[in-house]
Amino acid sequence: MYRILEKRELTPVTKLFVVEAPLVAAKAMAGQFIIIRVSEAGERIPLTITDFDREKGTVTIVFQEVGKTTKMLGKLGVGDKILDFVGPLGLPAELPEKGHLCLVGGGVGVAPIYPKAKAIKQDRRPVRITSIIGARSADLLILEQEMRSVSDELYVCTDDGSKGFHGFVSQKLKELIDSGAAFDEVIAVGPMPMMRATVETTRPYGLKTWVSLNPIMVDGTGMCGACRVSVGGQTKFCCVDGPMFDGHQVDWTEAMRRNAMYVAEEKIADHQCTCGGGSK
Amino acid sequence: MTDQKKKRVEMKRQDPQVRRRNFNEVAQGYTAEEAIQEASRCLQCKKPMCVQGCPVNVKIPEFIKHIKEGDFAGALRVIQETNSLPAICGRVCPQETQCEEKCILGRKGEPIAIGRLERFAADFGKNGGNGGDSPDGGDCNDADPNGDDCCNGGCTGDDSRLKVAVVGSGPAGLTCAGDLAKLGYKVTIFEALHSPGGVLMYGIPEFRLPKRIVAEEINYVKRLGVEILTNVIIGRTLTLDDLFARGYKAVFLGTGAGLPKFMGIPGENLNGVYSANEWLTRINLMKAYLFPEYDTPIKRGKRVAVVGGGNVAMDAVRCALRLGAEEAYILYRRGREEMPARAEEIENAEEEGVKFMLLTNPTRILGTPDGWVRAVECQKMTLGEPDSSGRRRPVPLKGSEFEIEVDTVIMALGTSPNPIVSKTTVGLQTHEWGGLVADEETGATTRPGVYAGGDAVTGSATVILAMGAGKKAAAAIHEYLSGNSVGG
Ligand SMILES: Cc1cc2nc3c(=O)[nH]c(=O)nc-3n(C[C@H](O)[C@H](O)[C@H](O)COP(=O)(O)OP(=O)(O)OC[C@H]3O[C@@H](n4cnc5c(N)ncnc54)[C@H](O)[C@@H]3O)c2cc1C
Ligand code: FES
Repeated sequence: MYRILEKRELTPVTKLFVVEAPLVAAKAMAGQFIIIRVSEAGERIPLTITDFDREKGTVTIVFQEVGKTTKMLGKLGVGDKILDFVGPLGLPAELPEKGHLCLVGGGVGVAPIYPKAKAIKQDRRPVRITSIIGARSADLLILEQEMRSVSDELYVCTDDGSKGFHGFVSQKLKELIDSGAAFDEVIAVGPMPMMRATVETTRPYGLKTWVSLNPIMVDGTGMCGACRVSVGGQTKFCCVDGPMFDGHQVDWTEAMRRNAMYVAEEKIADHQCTCGGGSK
Repeated sequence: MTDQKKKRVEMKRQDPQVRRRNFNEVAQGYTAEEAIQEASRCLQCKKPMCVQGCPVNVKIPEFIKHIKEGDFAGALRVIQETNSLPAICGRVCPQETQCEEKCILGRKGEPIAIGRLERFAADFGKNGGNGGDSPDGGDCNDADPNGDDCCNGGCTGDDSRLKVAVVGSGPAGLTCAGDLAKLGYKVTIFEALHSPGGVLMYGIPEFRLPKRIVAEEINYVKRLGVEILTNVIIGRTLTLDDLFARGYKAVFLGTGAGLPKFMGIPGENLNGVYSANEWLTRINLMKAYLFPEYDTPIKRGKRVAVVGGGNVAMDAVRCALRLGAEEAYILYRRGREEMPARAEEIENAEEEGVKFMLLTNPTRILGTPDGWVRAVECQKMTLGEPDSSGRRRPVPLKGSEFEIEVDTVIMALGTSPNPIVSKTTVGLQTHEWGGLVADEETGATTRPGVYAGGDAVTGSATVILAMGAGKKAAAAIHEYLSGNSVGG
């Protein structure tokens, strides 16, 4: 049951697990996610499917240790079991059949763009893939080798200039567009401010830009509405209508504010976690 | 009839001033003496009307007789012949419109307290009449959905029992599964959430239905041989067709009506606006009322408005008080008479200090500059001609807008069935409003071998009606699989 078969530390705070979950693996598609729970007293949190192997019956997840649940998850090792692991959830990504696609991944958001590129290459679609991946600094950059293997060109950016382009992924994107790269569409995944900046970069060019939103969720099946986001003036439930949306239509102010709804509570939970108290 | 005989024995309840701040059960149940005294009022009618009033036809006079004679285990056995979830039904059924409404005693005095006695029998009759917690109470460990011992198609072995799949572990699914197991089928329940029970677990609050009781009743169903696989969403993890491919000969869909509704008014996505489903799921399933001992947070609003007049609205508003709200309002667009909630629940809420703002309809939710709920703007309503539901239609009074300052708004406007299964299954018809098309008597859907019942078919209804539908479908599935019927 949801046994961890492999664990890799991609950075000091970013971990990769290969998890035994044959039913999920059998149905998983690029763009979908799962929901996990780590302990009896634990929260349900969504994580994007980074990779899957139908034959081996495994699903790969990548997560950054940012709160109590991800920190507890990070403490698990090979052979340990994840208590609950349900999916695949959300709609599969609609990937292009042809043309020039630019994939933009920031921070841990590199993990969710990888399966999209892989799916396109596996299907042998005539799609040229340019990938731009970034992180705050070189030591926080993840999955560079994997991304290189599925991209036609790969650009690496760091905020501090410790590797590759010195600046944000959105700045690199602008530079490429301005120097003539004729992208047909862009898929951007990463922290909210990064996705927002990417969307604002492409808006003046009228360049279609998909984003993968990560709102707060509970059930992941459309039952609660915790995950609602406004897209094109309409309320959508991200867990069943998403997670991918047209970035130019997303109400970013609302989405970012809703994601910050429990910041105070998260601090309390996290503090408890670091003190070793509380959790059952 | 003496006055004493006209009145039912009172059941102790927690004092409103105390209970409004805790999640312990409000109604405390009868003692053995009280139960025997109440049971003695039963006339033991030859043609009991009450039994007809019960959707699963519990042999009411018979179990009451056992209580009167002090045979509590016997009473429970009688109930369990037709109802596998008595501790739950005794607590949450609307007896006043079912069995008790039919009671002859009700003509001259108060009907016999069938619900309270059922609850008593369930609580005191277990463990052979010793009451107390059963040894496996609270244990809800579930089988391994990805393990070899389950549904990977290799289950034939020397087990020749026919396999039936049940989707959803609410009262409809549990009842159907229990009945089929008793008939000798190998039954597997597939549940989307991490914990079985459906609304019993995620919706109805602890203070009305302790989760320990739900867990015990689920364990009873497991002891009948039913396997429960949690974390499996039919339509996502496995499709309905996969179930047949894995050797299940028939499928029962008890997927409930879990989709929340919003009003579509401005401000509904402000921070601090919840659907009742989210509010109750955080509190009940995720135990957010015990945060930070449990990890799931919830905003403990100081001034909370719940929109709606049904049982769900009452549960939501009473939870708000228990989370520490100073003011808790019900905003309902019709009048008291039209409220769909049980009278008892409205009284409970009122006693606890909930303020009812009737003929009041929200028009907007107003926010602070940083996007949190600040107030709800409402309009006064008046009642016009009866509408299609037979209730008088609320009509807005022009220029009557006013604001109520609140920091939390909860929308309890009803729910509709989740389309995950119907959208991913060929040949399964739904009504326009989302309910599955199913035969009323058998639960047969438009797909051969697929049956459905409970809220998934009727829209939000009651626990007992869901159980009744599960029962009928179990009988129909048995007939279908015994080859007596070609239908399905
Ligand atoms: C807050 C609240 C209070 C209520 N109070 C009362 C009361 O006092 N008395 C009363 O009689 N009734 C009450 N009701 C109504 C009653 O709970 C429901 O009518 C009843 O639970 C319906 O039972 P069900 O089995 O049809 O569905 P549910 O109880 O909704 O169970 C459905 C189950 O199916 C699962 N499921 C859904 N889709 C899938 C899928 N695709 N794959 C796998 N699993 C799936 C769900 O997770 C859920 O566990 C209340 C309801 C609510 C919400
Ligand atoms: S997470 Fe509950 S509806 Fe999306």
